[in-house]
Amino acid sequence: MPHPSDQEVVPAADQPEQATADQAAAGPATGGASTSPHGSAPALRPLEFLRWAWRQLTSMRTALILLFLLAIAAIPGSLIPQDRVDPSAVLLFEQRHPAIAPLFRHIGMFNVYSSTWFSAIYLLLFVSLLGCIIPRLRVYLRSARARPPKAPRNLARLSAYDTWTTDAGVDEEVERARTLLRGQRRRVEVYPSDGGTVVSAEKGYLREAGNLVFHVAVLVVLVGFAVTGLFGFKGSVAVIAGQGFSDTLTQYDDFTPGARFNPDGLTPFSFTVRHFHVTYDTSGAGIGTPLTFDAALSVTDHPGAAPYPYDLQVNHPLQIGGTSVFLVGHGYAPVITVRDGDGHVAYSGPVIFLPQDGSFTSFGVIKAPDAQPAQLGFEGYFFPTARLGPGATPYSAFPAADNPVLSLVGYHGDLGLDSGLPQSVYVLDKSHLTPFKAAAGRPRALLLREGQTVELANGMGSVRFDGLKTWVKLQINDQPGKVIPLVGVLAAIAGLLCSLFIRPRRTWVRVRGEGRRTVVEVAALDRASGGDPGAHVRQVAEALRPAEPKEPQ
Amino acid sequence: MTETYAHLSNNAVYSATIVFTLAMIAHVAEWALARQLTAPLAGPLQRALVPARTAGSGVVDGAVTGTSAADAAGSGDAHAAAARDGDDLERSDRFGRIGFGLTVLGFLVLAVGVVFRGIAAQRVPWGNMYEFSITGCLAVCAAYIVMVRKYDTRWLGLLVTGFLVIVLGIAVIVLYRPLTPLVPALHSYWLMIHVSSAAVAGGAYTVGALASVLYLLRRRLERKAVEHPDLPRTGFLWRTPPAEAIDRVAYRVHAFAFPLWTFAVMCGAIWAQYAWGRFWGWDPKEVWAFITWVAYAAYLHARATAGWQGRSAAYVALLGYATFLFNFVGINLFGSGLHSYAGM
Repeated sequence: MPHPSDQEVVPAADQPEQATADQAAAGPATGGASTSPHGSAPALRPLEFLRWAWRQLTSMRTALILLFLLAIAAIPGSLIPQDRVDPSAVLLFEQRHPAIAPLFRHIGMFNVYSSTWFSAIYLLLFVSLLGCIIPRLRVYLRSARARPPKAPRNLARLSAYDTWTTDAGVDEEVERARTLLRGQRRRVEVYPSDGGTVVSAEKGYLREAGNLVFHVAVLVVLVGFAVTGLFGFKGSVAVIAGQGFSDTLTQYDDFTPGARFNPDGLTPFSFTVRHFHVTYDTSGAGIGTPLTFDAALSVTDHPGAAPYPYDLQVNHPLQIGGTSVFLVGHGYAPVITVRDGDGHVAYSGPVIFLPQDGSFTSFGVIKAPDAQPAQLGFEGYFFPTARLGPGATPYSAFPAADNPVLSLVGYHGDLGLDSGLPQSVYVLDKSHLTPFKAAAGRPRALLLREGQTVELANGMGSVRFDGLKTWVKLQINDQPGKVIPLVGVLAAIAGLLCSLFIRPRRTWVRVRGEGRRTVVEVAALDRASGGDPGAHVRQVAEALRPAEPKEPQ
Repeated sequence: MTETYAHLSNNAVYSATIVFTLAMIAHVAEWALARQLTAPLAGPLQRALVPARTAGSGVVDGAVTGTSAADAAGSGDAHAAAARDGDDLERSDRFGRIGFGLTVLGFLVLAVGVVFRGIAAQRVPWGNMYEFSITGCLAVCAAYIVMVRKYDTRWLGLLVTGFLVIVLGIAVIVLYRPLTPLVPALHSYWLMIHVSSAAVAGGAYTVGALASVLYLLRRRLERKAVEHPDLPRTGFLWRTPPAEAIDRVAYRVHAFAFPLWTFAVMCGAIWAQYAWGRFWGWDPKEVWAFITWVAYAAYLHARATAGWQGRSAAYVALLGYATFLFNFVGINLFGSGLHSYAGM
């Protein structure tokens, strides 16, 4: 037998509703929602036009098209680097594609998800959704209070049908049917019907309710995201181990407030990163994979409060009031001392180097604007576990600092800090700088191990690699109202489950006297496909039919 | 100890691949033997086909195709042809049963492979693409077996086993990586909730997509039969349920998968909140999870939109599946982003 038990899959025959039954499953099924032929309409007056436009916008077909558009519009943001996801990748893209980048910038390709066109699509979709839901809500509220409908004239025409005769009285049978159906948590109503009485029962009102809840909940999720975005903020800061941070605007490396964010609302907490510890897998296929990150913090909730320790880890943020602190990155900060030609200390302290790869080859810049006779600048790489590759180029073999080496190129001249233009601490403006050269005339790479000093040419000074510290990148944000989208999604899922799996069903039991006998008919009709009304009728019949079955139908 | 389990896991995955290959061959035989078989009870079938287009109900075919072989042959009054058909039918059916039995066996062996991988790694086996692939195959297989039990969908056997063989083959040959520990971002119980729900939803999406493919094939066959009533109705496809019934099965699987996918995406967002400090950051993986969600939402809506039911809706479902696959393959391999550890 190829597929014998299809009665689950195949619904009962002769149900005109069947074709439309699944409509309720997916979405708006109101008649008004479908487009009506307006093709040859003459010029419309403004009001008519508005009504026509509204009907078009709230039609299912439009919603479907908007869904497709939304999916398509989301694609470029995953293929083209985004400002808010990876700004440095955007810069790189702009450098590599100078021809197309300005156009992309203009049409918001680097900021797809807050671009006008993306917003337009989802806003239209939500207007369409509202226009669809509100009338349905009204219909539903009316139908939710409605009594189960009267029976069709000819119950025998329904596919799920059974009948028998009994000696019991009509009233008695009606009462039994009513008790039975009510016991099954159905809404029950008794009607007189030609020559008899009908017990009419209905179940499954939650399907449409679930559907409506789902659509409203999707709106709630969006509103929730908007609220958290408007009133919250997101900032990040790199803190060198041993140093501290206090929650004021000036201490952030970058800070993105929501449009309605109030800077006075920052929680006055502060903390010190006492130390930071990483462990790596030292063998096997995953060599160099980080295993654990631990940043030991000493936290003060508000000025004057007693500090307490906190072990900050990935997946284990620090919560202070509504503000959360996340550990999102780390790196090395070599401690460097630069002396100028006069022997004075022109710079001394840890310098944040930015990791470039999984082995933590890191890039950094040192600026010593106070150096005499000329300003000094350095840029170069830090290798935590340095090895020499072909051509004596160093590389890092492992992310832990097992053999730390700095490779710097020194410059002298004008750092360009006085021009008034803001400058990144991670970029050396070399337009007015001259590199220190090796004998061959190429810029000379200064290789430094911990504790080593290298003298610069012409008595211009020296640079010393004093020691090594680590830094952690912390993301700090506040998302007020973040419970709203969560509640929204949970409601959406609950609604979805109701709308997909609850099958509204109507059941009728008609009882009428025929001579001295009583004829009982049972029929059921599903208003969504996939159920088995036949089984339900059999079950009802079994419960109602007298113990000695007369003639099985 | 770890080594032993890792070896056992690898062997189990190889064995499962071979068992699924045998299952696929059995299903190929099932189809091949049905090549000359005429559709059971041509008369009622034809009657059913024509009203099916107006009444929108394929019940009669359902009843007919559900008729046992003995009935089908018996109605032919012991014609020689019918007898030969009966023989072939019996043999085709036997291969189908063998195929399904092997699929269940393959499922068990693969389950051992996945579990041992987890024991060897001392974590849930969801750390890289190889592990995702074998877990995904397990989910697909589980979804199929449940559906065969529930809806008797053995007619999906060839497509499902074919899919499993291809994906497991790729996993073993291309994607295999030795055991590695999890990066700290994955140290969370959300990994279990997020990935397991995504895997089960993915398994159901896969079976749903295969059912949609079969629906399109069967539908085309029925259309042709209506246009050319004289063409012989032979072949395995005529022994599958009518297109509408297949469509309904596909819908049910999708209806199961969609809320689960919603749940998986939600768990991902909550987890992202803990790990990265934001619910939703439009990371490529997140973007495509969203696109998949929108595509399947469109599928559910398409089924309720006049002019989009049936074939168009099936294409939308396949489109949704394509976005799901791209998220799994394309983004893992070529994409950067925060989910990059999920790659090779």
